[in-house]
Amino acid sequence: MSELTVPTGQAEAAQTSLWKDAFRTMRRRPDVILATLILLFVFAMAAFPTLFTDKDPTRCIGREARQRPDTWFTGEHPLGTDAFGCDFAATIVHGTRPTIVLALTVIVATVVAGLLLGVLAGYFGGWLDALISRVLDVFIVIPMLLGAILLLSLFRGRGSSGNLIETIGPAALALMIFSWMEFCRYARAATIEAKNLDYVQAARCLGAKDSRIMFRHILPSAIIPVTAVVPTTIGAIIVTESALAVLGLGVQAPATSWGVLLSKGTEWAGGGYVYLFGIPLSLLILTVFAFAAFGDALRDALDPKLR
Amino acid sequence: MNAELGQADSATEPVLEATDLVKHFPIQRGIVVKRTVGRVQAVDGVDLRLHAGQTLGVVGESGCGKSTLAKLLVGLETPTSGSIKVLGREIGNLSSRRIRPVRRDIQLVFQDPYTSLNPRMTVGDIIGEPFEIHPNVVPKRERAGEVKDLLDMVGLSPDHINRYPHQFSGGQRQRIGIARALALRPQVLVCDEPVSALDVSIQGQVINLLKRLQAELGLAYVFIAHDLSVVRHIADEVAVMYLGKVVERGTGPQIYDHPRHPYTQALLSAVPVPDPDLRGHREEIILQGDVPSPINPPSGCRFRTRCWKAEEQCAEVVPTLQVGDNGTHPTACFFAEERDVTHAVK
Repeated sequence: MSELTVPTGQAEAAQTSLWKDAFRTMRRRPDVILATLILLFVFAMAAFPTLFTDKDPTRCIGREARQRPDTWFTGEHPLGTDAFGCDFAATIVHGTRPTIVLALTVIVATVVAGLLLGVLAGYFGGWLDALISRVLDVFIVIPMLLGAILLLSLFRGRGSSGNLIETIGPAALALMIFSWMEFCRYARAATIEAKNLDYVQAARCLGAKDSRIMFRHILPSAIIPVTAVVPTTIGAIIVTESALAVLGLGVQAPATSWGVLLSKGTEWAGGGYVYLFGIPLSLLILTVFAFAAFGDALRDALDPKLR
Repeated sequence: MNAELGQADSATEPVLEATDLVKHFPIQRGIVVKRTVGRVQAVDGVDLRLHAGQTLGVVGESGCGKSTLAKLLVGLETPTSGSIKVLGREIGNLSSRRIRPVRRDIQLVFQDPYTSLNPRMTVGDIIGEPFEIHPNVVPKRERAGEVKDLLDMVGLSPDHINRYPHQFSGGQRQRIGIARALALRPQVLVCDEPVSALDVSIQGQVINLLKRLQAELGLAYVFIAHDLSVVRHIADEVAVMYLGKVVERGTGPQIYDHPRHPYTQALLSAVPVPDPDLRGHREEIILQGDVPSPINPPSGCRFRTRCWKAEEQCAEVVPTLQVGDNGTHPTACFFAEERDVTHAVK
C-alpha cells in the first residue's frame, strides 16, 4: 500500500460505490501501473505477433540450429535459434497467443463456474450443497493426467488446421474440468461464513431476493480468497499445458506455447543453451507477477478498511 | 400513560398482533437420515398487541427467547404455530415471496452496529438499498435526495453518503441502521437490544433519537432489552419473558412499582440502588440455580424450579396470564402478590 489517504476532496462528488472506489484506488498504485504495462506488452504480442518479428516460426534451417543470441535483440536471429534451427524470437512471439488465450479462457471459465457453484452450494445448502460438494470430491480425487488421457480418446484422430479453437480446445477443456474445484471450495466456505452475518439478515429483512443477497452482499467477500489464488493458478495452467502437450493434448503443432518451449528448453539448458529455457521462463514469471500484483491490489481495493 | 393506553385499546386496531406464537427449533441427529431428538422451545405461546405510536418493552435474561421473538415478528423466522398480524394482515404463514410487500411495514433494528452494516458498501448504498429492493416506493431520480433526508433525520451529516461503515463510531453506525430501517416508512420498528452494544452516554442519545422519531413519524416500537432502566425510559407497556413465555405484562408503573410475579420481583431487586446511602436498605431476592434448558423446560410453571413460592400445583398446571390478575394486570402466577422490591427506605 503506497496510498493511505482517504479521498476526502471528492466527497462532494456524485455517489460512489465499492467498485468505483476500488478502481480509483487501483489506478494510483505503482505496482498496478507496472503490471498493466507488462500485460499490455504480452497482450500486444498475442494480438499482433508481426509487430515484434518478421520471421516465420515454421521456417527452420537445420544448419543454423542452436545459435546462441550473441547479438542480443539485433541481427539475423535476435534471440538465437532453437534445436531445429527455427528463429527463437519468432517462436516465442507466435507462441504467446495460444498461451494467453488458453490461460485466460481457462481462468475465466473456472473462476466463474467455481464462484457460482460455490456461492450456490454455500447459500442454499441442503441437497444442492451435498450434490455440488460430492461432485467436487470426485473431481479432486481423479488425477489430472489420468483424466486428460481419458479425454484424449475423445479427440483422437482429429487434424489440426491451425484454427485457434482447435489448437487450444482440448487442452482448455482438460484444464477447465480439473481446476474449478479450488475456487468452488473457497467460495463455498466464504459464503457459509457470510450468510448468517447480521447485514445479510438485514438485507433479507428488507425483502431482498436471494440473487441480490448473493451478488451484492456475499460475492464481494467470497471473491477475496479467490483473488489470492488466481495468479498462481494462471502460472500453473501455462506449465501444466506443456505436460498435456507430451500426451498430444496440448497446443497442437505447428503452433506452440510457452509451456511447450519451457519443457523443450529444459533439455538443452544443461548443455549450455540456458536461453532456450530462461527466456520463456522470464516471460512466464513476468506475466504471473503482473496478474499477482493485480489480484493483490484488487483484494486491497475491495476492502474499504485498507483504503 | 394508563389512560392513553386504554383509549388506544378500544379505539383502533393494533398495528402488530401476535397470538399464541410458538417457535420450536428441532434438534436433528444423523447425516443422511435425519431424526429429531429434541426441540428447543425458544418461544412458547406468546401473545402481544401493539398500537400505533406505542412502545412495547420486552425484558428477560439471556436465552429467554427475546431475539427469536424479534425474528419471528419481522418474518425472518417462520413460527411453528400461532399467528402474527401486521396491520391486520397475517404474515406467519406467508412464503418468502408473498411476504415481501409486508416487509415495508415492519422493520428490524439490529443489536450489533458493527456487524449489521455491510463493510463493503457506502452509507449511501446501505440506506438506498431498500429503495432498490422496493423500486416503486421512491422514483429513481429522487432516491439520492431521500437518502440524504434519512441521514439528516437520524442526526448524521448528508455529506457522509460516500463513507464506509468503519469510518463511523458505534452510535453513528446504529443511526445508520435506524435510517435503513426507516427508509421504507414502516409502521412498526422491532428493536432487538438496539443500545446494549453501545456506551451508556451513547445509549441515551440513541434512545432519545428513537423517541423523537416515534413522535415525528407515529411509529410503534417493540423494544427488546435486558436493561430494565432503558425499557422503563421508553416503554408504555412492558412484558417480562422467562424461558419463552411471558410471565407478567402491564404498563410501566404497574411492572416497575407494583410487580406481582416472583420472577419480575427478582429481576427488579437486582437493579442497583443509585443512592449509596440507601444501599443495603432494600430487599434483595437472590435466585438459586440456573435457567433450565429450553430443550426440556420444567412442567407446569417454568419458573417453579427457582421460585420460593412453588407448591405442588405449580408443577402440574401451567399458569396462564389470567390466574394472577386479580383485577390489576396479567400475571402468570398462582401466588401473585405485590411486593415492593424497588424502593429502598432508610
